[in-house]
Amino acid sequence: MSNVSTLLKNTSSVQLGMPLLDVKHLVKHFPITSGIIFQRQVGAVKAVDDVSFTLYAGETLGLVGESGSGKSTTGRAILQLHKPTSGEVIFEGKDLVTMNAADLRKTRRRMQMIFQDPYASLNPRMTVGRIVGEPLEIHNVMPNSKERQEYVENLLQRVGLNPYFTNRFPHEFSGGQRQRVGIARALALNPSFIVADEPISALDVSIQAQVVNLLQDLQEEFQLTYLFIAHDLSMIRYICKRVAVMYKGKIVELADTDELYENPIHPYTRTLLSAVPIPDPVIEKERRRIPSKPEDFIETSSDLVEVSSGHFVAASKAHLAH
Amino acid sequence: MGVLLEVKDLVVRFHTQEGVVYAVNGVSYRLNEGETLGIVGESGSGKSVHVLAMMGLIPQPPGKIEQGQVLFEGQDLLKMTPRQLRSIRGDKIAMIFQDPMTSLNPVLTVGEQIIEAIRLHKGFSQSQARKRTVELLEMVGIADAARRVDDYPHQFSGGMRQRVMIAMGLSCDPKLLIADEPTTALDVTIQAQILDLVKDLKKELGMAMIWITHDLGVVAGLADTINVMYAGRVVERGPIEKVFGNPANAYTLGLLNSLPRLDQSGAEQRLIQIEGAPPDMRIEPIGDSFAPRNQYATERCFKETPPLRVVDAKNPDHFTAAWYDLRALRAQETQQETV
Repeated sequence: MSNVSTLLKNTSSVQLGMPLLDVKHLVKHFPITSGIIFQRQVGAVKAVDDVSFTLYAGETLGLVGESGSGKSTTGRAILQLHKPTSGEVIFEGKDLVTMNAADLRKTRRRMQMIFQDPYASLNPRMTVGRIVGEPLEIHNVMPNSKERQEYVENLLQRVGLNPYFTNRFPHEFSGGQRQRVGIARALALNPSFIVADEPISALDVSIQAQVVNLLQDLQEEFQLTYLFIAHDLSMIRYICKRVAVMYKGKIVELADTDELYENPIHPYTRTLLSAVPIPDPVIEKERRRIPSKPEDFIETSSDLVEVSSGHFVAASKAHLAH
Repeated sequence: MGVLLEVKDLVVRFHTQEGVVYAVNGVSYRLNEGETLGIVGESGSGKSVHVLAMMGLIPQPPGKIEQGQVLFEGQDLLKMTPRQLRSIRGDKIAMIFQDPMTSLNPVLTVGEQIIEAIRLHKGFSQSQARKRTVELLEMVGIADAARRVDDYPHQFSGGMRQRVMIAMGLSCDPKLLIADEPTTALDVTIQAQILDLVKDLKKELGMAMIWITHDLGVVAGLADTINVMYAGRVVERGPIEKVFGNPANAYTLGLLNSLPRLDQSGAEQRLIQIEGAPPDMRIEPIGDSFAPRNQYATERCFKETPPLRVVDAKNPDHFTAAWYDLRALRAQETQQETV
């Protein structure tokens, strides 16, 4: 196991607390076209609409929002899986949006993704050993196949799987084990940054805590920085140091986790938090929902105002006065 | 209050090419009139399958109800002909499912679908049924119901479609509403609206309800009684405050401990995880199925299946299926810690 640690750590140059990722005015619009042969653009879905935030090395930033809020698109646009319409994504000092293909390919080693559905994201025809070792092959990091095999076995062990599983296929594993395979693959190239897109929402309740604890252990051991995308606000509170709330393609509020949960300011954040059920009948029977009034959100401007140290809210001055 | 539904030792298996799936392994419980029962469990725990089986909605074969009785108002649903069952479903017992889009017919307007149900079960005229449909849509909070009644399912959002399903479920004034994960596919703010609506309707109509979910938070504010299911059995049952407040089964305790909570800071804490994975239901269960994952398991747990028993004399309405005494064991732990 120490073998993996040294392999993974020796190229890491990042120190805790430094900005690792700077997202500036990120925009991703998907065109809406009309016509069959001569397609012309008639509109755009503003999936991500001027999003800016900084991610510090070693932290976990939560990105929450409901379906269609643009949280997953933001994660994918950062990794250049969707080419951003405009904006900058500065990762380890370099802008990924303007980077040429060869450099981007090299940089990709340093940033990885963990997907939601462990059933859909693993190739059913490949053995687990190949799935985890494939990134090493593609990037030609470990050409010696015996060395690679040993490395993959160590990785599997590190994520809590039996190293003898390398010759098995994904269908032989449970959902939780498959997600561990996905995590091992994401770790293979020694990334500094991982986008985890709803990594536990497809898992059984009794398995979720296992995977979350694993992600936290790995973060500490390999000094990983996470962008944790989820709709489960209880889990986000538990995992993340800071949280950004997205609504209709914009960040409406960003703050330290406990600050956001104790003192939500934006009306959407308040509605969202009041809607999350708490597994305690005594509390739940007393709780009041804060109904959403769409007119509360209309004034949302993309300018975030810092209302207290580190607590940003998208709102007009008139709104904050209330 | 009288007993509305009584399930007695229900066993359901699926005989597939890959072998027998032991889906439901002896489920028994009672539901009173007007009571809301929450059934929680993970995928494969049998929570949905046992309800589908008692409503005659599992494909047979491969499914087979091996034994048991399901008494609804004293009559055994399992002995009824498909025709008798059909007249009860939708009339006295209504069901709503997770995905409203697949439960609604896309080529009929929502009005046509509800009107059809009302005319079939209540014998209303077309105009009476239409009037009732508009009332129902209004009751579930669909604005401009008189116009929306002629819209097709795709013209509604996910949350609105689920409201339509609830309206359809309520159309014949059922005695029992069975809801199978009806809010799982919805956004959390929409889920909250649906839960609030159901709570209001329950008060208004006084029907009994079975709410199936994997989300312990959802049932916390809704249910009077809760059944916790694991590996095709009810492992704990009781009034919701007792089960959540002082669980008597190690699985329930494990689940509650492993959940992060919105109202508690997670800083510098580690979730208490349940080790291992749920059992493979293709293997015949022997003993307490949770035993391999349970730190409190005794030797007996691995050999003999524990029956659902009363927790203690002071709590005759709280049941657990366990050979161990969870509370005594936990009290010992705290004692040792303080020493």
